[in-house]
Amino acid sequence: MAATEKRPVTGAGPFNGVLTWVDRRFPLMQLWREHLAEYYAPKNFNFWYYFGSLALLVLVLQIVTGIFLTMHYKPDAAQAFASVEYIMRDVPGGWLIRYMHSTGASAFFVVIYLHMFRGLMYGSYRQPRELIWIFGMLIYLTMMAEAFFGYLLPWGQMSYWGAQVIVNLFDAIPLIGPDLALWIRGDYVVSDATLNRFFSLHVIAIPLVLLGLVAAHIMALHEVGSNNPDGVEIKNVKDPVTGHPVDGIPFHPYYTVKDTLGVVVFLIVFCTIMFFMPEFGGYFLEYNNFIPADPLKTPTHIAPVWYFTPYYSILRAITEDFMWVLAAALIAYAGLLLTATRNALTRAAIGAVTAVLLAGFFTIDPKVWGVILMGAAVMIFFGLPWLDRSPVKSIRYKGALTKSALALFVVAFVVLGYFGTQPVTTAGTVLSQIFTLVYFAFFLLMPWYSRMEQVKPEPARVAWKGAH
Amino acid sequence: MEGGALMGAATRLLAALLAVPAMAFGAELVKLDRAPIDETDLISLQRGARTFVNYCLNCHSAGYMRYGRLQDLGLNEAQIRDNLIFTEAKIGDLMRVAMDPKEGKEWFGVAPPDLSVIARSNASPAGSGADWLYTYMRSFYRDSTRPMGWNNAVFPNVGMPHVLYQLQGEQALTTAERATWGGRKEKVQRLVVEKPGSMTPPEYDRMVADLVNFLVYVGEPAKRSRIALGIYVLMFLGGLFVLAYALKKEYWKDVH
Repeated sequence: MAATEKRPVTGAGPFNGVLTWVDRRFPLMQLWREHLAEYYAPKNFNFWYYFGSLALLVLVLQIVTGIFLTMHYKPDAAQAFASVEYIMRDVPGGWLIRYMHSTGASAFFVVIYLHMFRGLMYGSYRQPRELIWIFGMLIYLTMMAEAFFGYLLPWGQMSYWGAQVIVNLFDAIPLIGPDLALWIRGDYVVSDATLNRFFSLHVIAIPLVLLGLVAAHIMALHEVGSNNPDGVEIKNVKDPVTGHPVDGIPFHPYYTVKDTLGVVVFLIVFCTIMFFMPEFGGYFLEYNNFIPADPLKTPTHIAPVWYFTPYYSILRAITEDFMWVLAAALIAYAGLLLTATRNALTRAAIGAVTAVLLAGFFTIDPKVWGVILMGAAVMIFFGLPWLDRSPVKSIRYKGALTKSALALFVVAFVVLGYFGTQPVTTAGTVLSQIFTLVYFAFFLLMPWYSRMEQVKPEPARVAWKGAH
Repeated sequence: MEGGALMGAATRLLAALLAVPAMAFGAELVKLDRAPIDETDLISLQRGARTFVNYCLNCHSAGYMRYGRLQDLGLNEAQIRDNLIFTEAKIGDLMRVAMDPKEGKEWFGVAPPDLSVIARSNASPAGSGADWLYTYMRSFYRDSTRPMGWNNAVFPNVGMPHVLYQLQGEQALTTAERATWGGRKEKVQRLVVEKPGSMTPPEYDRMVADLVNFLVYVGEPAKRSRIALGIYVLMFLGGLFVLAYALKKEYWKDVH
């Protein structure tokens, strides 16, 4: 649109002039309308819909506090630990910034896990929102990298040995593993070289990727519009006069004021933890991390921070004995796949892949399979849009099978998370193994249980108690 | 290379390696006593600071802490300089120690650790860092098999000797048999004072509690301001909640 065709900005009082001037040179009003004032969101958002805007808030909080921490932190193995204590003691307000950042890291994962759970419940990953889900998953992967690199920086015992354990996982990859681990560390052990590069990745490389992905996530969302707890498309029923969805309301002011309320409640919880229990019982700040890193003293119990522990449990659950269970599960699953297809070529491919995997199970070190399954546990989320074959999107209209599967999945995630924080015990390992199977079954059996269950009919319009 | 030097190096390495598992297992074995500390009690903190600089600061540093910060304990600069600084250190200096860590390692098998955040690092599911320190400082006993003649029930085979034995006296670890519920016999280990020191047990416990109180303070000097600020922030957020709630309700009246 040529600048001259634009109408002058109105309704901004004394700022009409300057905004008109800007709008003739920049798509200011267009952005304002498309993303806020005329972005129509379903009116029936519930509690679970607060976590998207909260994730954005925490991201900004982490970036701003991170900038201030960088002004005093020293990425040097000889000075890093002391520089964090310097921030805690001698930098005015330093303790506040540091606790915001450390509490913020855990809060980020709490918010994202709840945000992802919302997507699981209401089928927010379903067509046409597959790309929003994929961008979201990429954000999650990037966040994990960001958290991992950042956790080395305080240079305490857990920082050091946690990084050592995780980088050593790459060591297990056949052929390229040892060279890859060496390349990541930049040294034969985690050292000053590792600290320096992790610092660089943590403060600039990963955040840049994160910001780009967040922009893509929101652009894709605003292209197709938000899902809602009923999983019905509000764009299907539009007002004949205005052309706006009947069940939609402008994001601004309705959701800006509602999300403001969400932000205040979130900040009350966040500040209660940050000001009164910043260590959060050793979960947000691990006690061992108050001991400076010592490459010669391996702690007896190394546990990653809580948000990684479900995956850590899966890694530890894969023992030599468990390979037999995995082999049995694989054969059963291959049988199930074979019943689902008649195509000879597909059937041959299923047989071949199963045979190769089975051979691998008993020839390659179980540790390697632990690493592979841990990776698969994260990556499998990407497949959700295509695994869910239900005729309805939202859990409200799905059947008992899906509801039980989702409940079991949540239990598995929490139980795995718990055992990941604990030292290895026999009972813990057996339970981790059982719930590893449950975890994967939730995804891998979804094409069957989501299709075979009795679902309730989706309504044409969203459910809204205020509707007349 | 001379044989003697090589042997010495090997012995020191062995001592360092042996010290590792001892430290790792120490926390879980013993039931920890609750440390009777009050972090707002300035007199207790001042007494703790005095004990710290007199007995601990010869070998252990508090290297992230500045002397001047001790004004938090209700002392002025002159009082700190006269009562708590025994070296050439300036008021703005860190609470460092003159001992060379290498020598420390040679003497004790392990260099005495910095105590700035010792109360934070010793927390565990068994108890707070304060509980650990309070129990540890009261659990030394005579053990002739150890190089220093001392051992510790909380931290077995610790390199540190009992610095405060003249005050506490000398304890011994005794093993008694006790009948349990099912009629079986169980071994119970107890620490018994064999040679009394210059303090009674309650006096000694009080002194250790004051010292632990001080170490908790040193672990996070900003703690008091953190809690004070937190109360104001939550009060502000409480008010903001009322406004945000009213605003949301007002706008959403229109949504039918």
